[in-house]
Amino acid sequence: MRSLLLSASAVLLLSACAATPTLRGTGDLGLVIERSTGQVAVVSHTIRERLATVPGLGDLSHAHVTYSRDGRYGYVFGRDGGLTKVDLLRARIERRVVQAGNSIGGSISQDGRLVVAQNYEPGGLKVFDADTLEQLSEVPAEYAPGKRSKVVGLADLPGQRFAYALFEAGEIWVTDLSDPRAPKTERYPAGRQPYDALVTPDGRHFIAGLFGEDGLALLDLWHPERGVRKILAGYGKGEEPLPVYKMPHLRGWAVAGGYAWLPAIGRHEVLVVDTRTWQEVARVPVHSQPVFVMARPDGRQVWVNFAFPDNGTVQVIDTEAQRVVDTLKPGRAILHMEFTPRGEAVWLSARDDNKVVVYDTGTRRPLAELPADHPSGIFFTSRAVRIGF
Amino acid sequence: MKPPPLLVHVAVLLGTAFIAAYAAAAADPQPERRRELVSMVRQDCGSCHGLTLSGGLGPALLPHTLAGKPVDSMVATVMNGRPGTAMPGWARFLSEPEAEWVVRTLMAGFPADGVGR
Repeated sequence: MRSLLLSASAVLLLSACAATPTLRGTGDLGLVIERSTGQVAVVSHTIRERLATVPGLGDLSHAHVTYSRDGRYGYVFGRDGGLTKVDLLRARIERRVVQAGNSIGGSISQDGRLVVAQNYEPGGLKVFDADTLEQLSEVPAEYAPGKRSKVVGLADLPGQRFAYALFEAGEIWVTDLSDPRAPKTERYPAGRQPYDALVTPDGRHFIAGLFGEDGLALLDLWHPERGVRKILAGYGKGEEPLPVYKMPHLRGWAVAGGYAWLPAIGRHEVLVVDTRTWQEVARVPVHSQPVFVMARPDGRQVWVNFAFPDNGTVQVIDTEAQRVVDTLKPGRAILHMEFTPRGEAVWLSARDDNKVVVYDTGTRRPLAELPADHPSGIFFTSRAVRIGF
Repeated sequence: MKPPPLLVHVAVLLGTAFIAAYAAAAADPQPERRRELVSMVRQDCGSCHGLTLSGGLGPALLPHTLAGKPVDSMVATVMNGRPGTAMPGWARFLSEPEAEWVVRTLMAGFPADGVGR
């Protein structure tokens, strides 16, 4: 027995020696979703290379990643309800649970101890210990007896709270997880068919985009007792909406220089709102139905990609001039974009070209290409330190 | 009076061509077009219905969830969308016979994307 233990520890030591890793931080790492193969690529945006591939994550057709606050672990939420904790440094799966039948994403708490999944089936939230992925509690999105709604737009808030919207119920809910085993939830009527939502980078304003009406629902989380206020109401001016072949995505990246840059629904426009008054100040005509409208971290540019069948085009808006200044064709089926933390480069996934393209945001010329199998989402660890990511 | 033999031949040929053209339109799409349709359904319908078609913001499009639903109304939904829901009409991107092929194929079990992509 003793010799067995000795030899086992010798093996451990040996493998430790053989695999002695170069010490490195995680601040310039990220994950790229390779959706059809159910794997993720670990990438570095300093050297613009793939460092490793982690397979075995299930159905990643609509995947989202949120990060531990040290940037070491990516929590990958798969469409099939899989929640996988990926160790970026060791490039391996740390833990994995299948927590729902159909999931859309998730988020991490202010203190980094709780990971929350937002689910379509069964509709609601599930709360997990970020270390162990043990389930701590559940918030069914039961808005009427026996009726559960799909949950969209989950955002972490200061004070161990989370805000989210209910597609079928037309409500915004705010759940307090100060006691993670005993969630407390407040409900606010929001409007017809909220499809996604965002919280502003300061964690104060939660905005849900509405599919079923012209306008967005705004909840001031410093004064939730005042209820939801409609902003940009009637932006469609009563005109027949254009078909939406892919729903836009909202997140705190929309806010820059005191304005929020928001995709219109059924109109080929980006709507610009003053975040002090919440009044519309401009609308920028764009190529097609916008999907991601993302401000470069310095707020000087906003990059926009588009829904099928116009997803081979990306446009750049100058935020000072409030107009499109460049139209790019980075590849076929540009599904997602991610800026480096300080915005000198942007990574774009070109699904149908099986590659990720890196552009210089100053010259707007390609800097590098990385092969990737049907890439979709790109998630850098800099998200770990941002409210609402 | 008998028509000249050449005219008969032309008429027969034309008739055959018409029948062939009509049959082609009503039959399954050609393999290359089928691959395009499979890819469109998986990738672009998949934005809402899921890459595996097990549902998302839109309902699942699997054989057991579609079983018993009338083909005609599903074809109409594909072509014209459903007002009041997030389902747009796709008539810009496929013909009605192609939509019917998509619906019947969904009901039978949809093939994987991949060939040629």
